[in-house]
Amino acid sequence: MLYREAGDFKTSYRDDGQTFPIRLDRVAYYAVVIVAFMIVPFVINDYWANAVVVPFLIYAIAALGLNILTGYAGQVSLGTGGFMAVGAYAVYKLMTTFPEINIVIHILLAGGITAIVGMLFGLPSLRIKGFYLAVATLAAQFFLVWLFNKVPWFYNYSASGQITAPTRTVFGLAVTGPSTSAAAKYLICLVFVFILAWVARNLTRGTLGRKWMAIRDMDIAAEIIGVNPLTAKLSAFAVSSFFVGVSGALLFSVYLGAAEVGEAFGINKSFLVLFMIIIGGLGSIFGSFAGAAFMVLMPVVLKNLLVGQFGWATDLAAHFELMIVGALIVFFLIAEPHGLARLWALTKEKLRLWPFPH
Amino acid sequence: MDQLIFAAEVFMNGLMTGVMYALVALGFVLIFKASGVFNYAQGVLALFAALTLVGIQQGQVPFAHLINSIFGTHLEYFGWTVPVVLAILLAGAVMVLLAFLIEKLVLQHLVGQEPIILFMATIGLAYFLEGLGDVMWGADIKNLDVGLPQGISESIESVSANWFGYGFFIDRLDIWAAIIAALLVTALVAFAQYTKQGRAMRAVADDHQAALSVGISLRFIWVMVWSIAGFVALVAGIMWGTKSGVQFSLSLIALKALPVLMLGGFTSIPGAIAGGLIIGVGEKMFEFFVGPMIGGATENWFAYVLALLFLVFRPQGLFGERIIERV
Repeated sequence: MLYREAGDFKTSYRDDGQTFPIRLDRVAYYAVVIVAFMIVPFVINDYWANAVVVPFLIYAIAALGLNILTGYAGQVSLGTGGFMAVGAYAVYKLMTTFPEINIVIHILLAGGITAIVGMLFGLPSLRIKGFYLAVATLAAQFFLVWLFNKVPWFYNYSASGQITAPTRTVFGLAVTGPSTSAAAKYLICLVFVFILAWVARNLTRGTLGRKWMAIRDMDIAAEIIGVNPLTAKLSAFAVSSFFVGVSGALLFSVYLGAAEVGEAFGINKSFLVLFMIIIGGLGSIFGSFAGAAFMVLMPVVLKNLLVGQFGWATDLAAHFELMIVGALIVFFLIAEPHGLARLWALTKEKLRLWPFPH
Repeated sequence: MDQLIFAAEVFMNGLMTGVMYALVALGFVLIFKASGVFNYAQGVLALFAALTLVGIQQGQVPFAHLINSIFGTHLEYFGWTVPVVLAILLAGAVMVLLAFLIEKLVLQHLVGQEPIILFMATIGLAYFLEGLGDVMWGADIKNLDVGLPQGISESIESVSANWFGYGFFIDRLDIWAAIIAALLVTALVAFAQYTKQGRAMRAVADDHQAALSVGISLRFIWVMVWSIAGFVALVAGIMWGTKSGVQFSLSLIALKALPVLMLGGFTSIPGAIAGGLIIGVGEKMFEFFVGPMIGGATENWFAYVLALLFLVFRPQGLFGERIIERV
């Protein structure tokens, strides 16, 4: 009864164009933000932060980035893992070379560096399209991982070939390194997610986003009506890689603490993030979050269920997990190819008519 | 001079590796041509086929680990071994059954969806099959032996020693792989050109709706194509499995087949072969000449970068159909 726009009169263009036109949506949005910033940091514990919440937030950034590239601009990329590695190694080099500068600036710079690398690998997209491009982005994935493995400068000549995040603070609170509290990890990720999601939302509904969508729907037609494919595609690659780079930087510095490139940023990461946006919904900000939540939560739930409840051996449970993940992905694609975002939209549509559906 | 002879040997070995890549790429091309599905699961199909073959041959109890942990039994082997030919036939039958199930449970429901959705579905399928293979047959590395000759080929070594004063090292298994691949391609081309089903397959590849309207059953063709791809996967699985043991890394050769496909074009059987040979030779030569200067292990990425550079100049690959875009 509450969920409808009747009686909610818009008296200015500004009101008319707002992100959440329905009052209940707005209220829910502010409520989520308040709970996330004011309540969760005080109740979160190590298990929840490390197993669920922090990876969810970090992958949500990566999913937002890939969704900008694939969902909005229509360029399929399988190089996400490689670009996350760029972010991680960039932030590592910056942290160790300029220890006196704040880590937030380092993370943003790492995103910027990744954006440049992303644009470089995005250049072929002007010639290559569709699946050929998807496979071409694999070149980025494998080349970058090889590069970080083989050139010792990137990992500061450490004997193990690993990179380890030193302790850094924001406002006197440790956010990286072994002594970081769960709340600090959570808060720094949350701040990045909040700002980047806001940026993504507003970019995609502005001029740039419309150009991307025109290119996605049909690039030749878009070119004819005056969208420059060079700037549109490269800006999509740049913005997307910035997001992915920030996500990789956070994943390494805040969440993992230490990383080995082949293991942490392999091809499986690329597929994981791609699954997130497909299951969540291509071309949807909400979908990026929903997909990230789903893909982060599902293995945790399955593991608890199979190992905790049924008492199976861990290797058997791991194989079963693979099967179930695979089957669920296929099931989701058959049941709703447009992802959780579409399901959510349908639910809202129903809610607006409730309780008089006819 | 020595350098040159070494290079020639590397070249030969590259050709042989290329044949192996081409075997996997062939399965991709078949499915892509007939159904427009970019089948990421091809490598896992090869792994699954090889696992099944070993399992049948050695008389393993399927799902032994699972049954044991639920009922507390200690099953492992039936205690018999199956002859090679019978085992290959049985494994082939399993692949046909799998093709039928994939069509029935997955593809049938996804007709008319966007290519990216179908692609993601095959990635889901790959995860599922990988898990299924491990649950069914166990995750340990297995030896596969179907009686193919292995080891250095003495005749080539002695002949080349006579000619150049240096014996070439070429694995006999690789030579056999090349022969079998050649036979397989000939058989496939003959099948596609001269049989009724083959013609129907090409019709479906050209245009789904037109093929339907002249009375060709899409579902039958798809099951058939997936069965053939499963059979090709079995052959590839036997070759790779004999070479390096049946293990998870087998499914990663699918990733190597992707640049092969890009180079050759997604829709061309000769392209898959040519692409495989170019990639095989290219990456071995690059590793031989340039690899030592930049730290080695360039085989991981060279194929992709080569394909990428190539595509910039010819976006549809070597033999692919010309991409025509209209507004």
